[in-house]
Amino acid sequence: MRLKKFLIFIFVIINFFGINQSYSMAPDVFVQSTVNRASEALNNKYSKEEKIEKLKQIASETVDINGIGYYTLGAYRKTINENEINQYEKLFEQYFLKSFSSRLAEYSNPEIEVVSKKELNENYTMVSSILAGTEQRPEVKIDWRIYTKNPEKPLIRDLIIEGLSLARTQKEEFSSIIQSNDGDINALFSTLKEFIK
Amino acid sequence: MNKIIITSLISLMLATNVSAGTDGENKLPKKNSGEVKDCFESVNRATFKFNQVLDGVIFEPVAKGYRKLPSPIRNGTGNVLENLSSLITVPNNILQGEFQKAGINTGRFAINTTVGILGIFDVAKKMNFPEYQKEDYGQTFGAWGIGAGCYLVLPVLGPSTVRDTAGSFVNVLGGDPWYNASANGNNHYLSDSDYMVTKVLSGIDFRAKNIDSIENLEKNSIDFYASVRSLYLQDRQKKIANSNALTDTQNDSDWEEIETQ
Repeated sequence: MRLKKFLIFIFVIINFFGINQSYSMAPDVFVQSTVNRASEALNNKYSKEEKIEKLKQIASETVDINGIGYYTLGAYRKTINENEINQYEKLFEQYFLKSFSSRLAEYSNPEIEVVSKKELNENYTMVSSILAGTEQRPEVKIDWRIYTKNPEKPLIRDLIIEGLSLARTQKEEFSSIIQSNDGDINALFSTLKEFIK
Repeated sequence: MNKIIITSLISLMLATNVSAGTDGENKLPKKNSGEVKDCFESVNRATFKFNQVLDGVIFEPVAKGYRKLPSPIRNGTGNVLENLSSLITVPNNILQGEFQKAGINTGRFAINTTVGILGIFDVAKKMNFPEYQKEDYGQTFGAWGIGAGCYLVLPVLGPSTVRDTAGSFVNVLGGDPWYNASANGNNHYLSDSDYMVTKVLSGIDFRAKNIDSIENLEKNSIDFYASVRSLYLQDRQKKIANSNALTDTQNDSDWEEIETQ
């Protein structure tokens, strides 16, 4: 009888943890599943417009667009007012989704394999992957900065291609536009609006 | 000629009070991790535009044509050019105190030049040699602690810095054995046109391998000039640090204060 109770107890414990684990997702599994979704979206059976819509949907669910937006704004995020922040958030989201999806839509059936992961701290894990080479281009190393503060909902914050950070490149691009317009954030807003059109 | 190089290198070292690390692990010095100033931005932007026009008229069409060649020909050409670059990499391995890498790269060059028929076949790779990493004099100066100086865009050659441009001059001042043997050599087999052909081919090979990514970047950038500058400087920083570890080349501090969850 005691043994039966003990076995039931063990069974409940195992199930309990099993259920909990199913809610959190390891960063490397998250990246591989995102990549698989993107690969499916890039299948040649879809038109370019369909591909872009599918990629936008995937990005909205898996990328920390607001976080990247704040990072990209750099020191300027501390100097602009709340109205400007709100305007920036809206513009950045549209800019990001358009830029991200049209960058990826050029590829067809990319083969990306996750090879390793490295936990930087409790908020970040770097996941390393390889984009297989083709006849036209060599193999490419892609690393993913995953924001893991909420382990149940990991989010992508940066792509580092052959050691070059896309978020940092974007940040320096934005900074260049603001600086060459005497620190006027509205110049950046105009450029973003122009791009979104 | 050797006197000129030695004098130049010694004066550079004395001027900046640096010493070469000999532990085989050259980390990017802290003072190099700061921003590189674009002191001549308006001139650089004008040169960048000029280079874009030149690229559109000459390099891109040639690179597209080159890409249509059968892949064994392109791979063989790429291998020959990479093998020749070992001649600059090895002295720079030594100057950076990386004697083990210098030995490996010398072995790679010897095997690929002989068994690999002038470098056409990368036999060393098949023999499981470690992954090849190019080195140049600009990287050596950086590893010694010499700052990048201002960012420059050179006509035809593209992005650079004052330090990297100075590094390129070392090649033609005797630092590149291939230049010494061809353009500057007294032999009946090679001439300066051989050197020029390899340099032009290197440019075309690089352009051909990056056609899609450059086109994609240009189309999706809101300031293409700033994007290229950022990517060039990140790439140099990574190469000087001689590290594949992402955390060594990425500044995490700005990410840490952004909380969205």
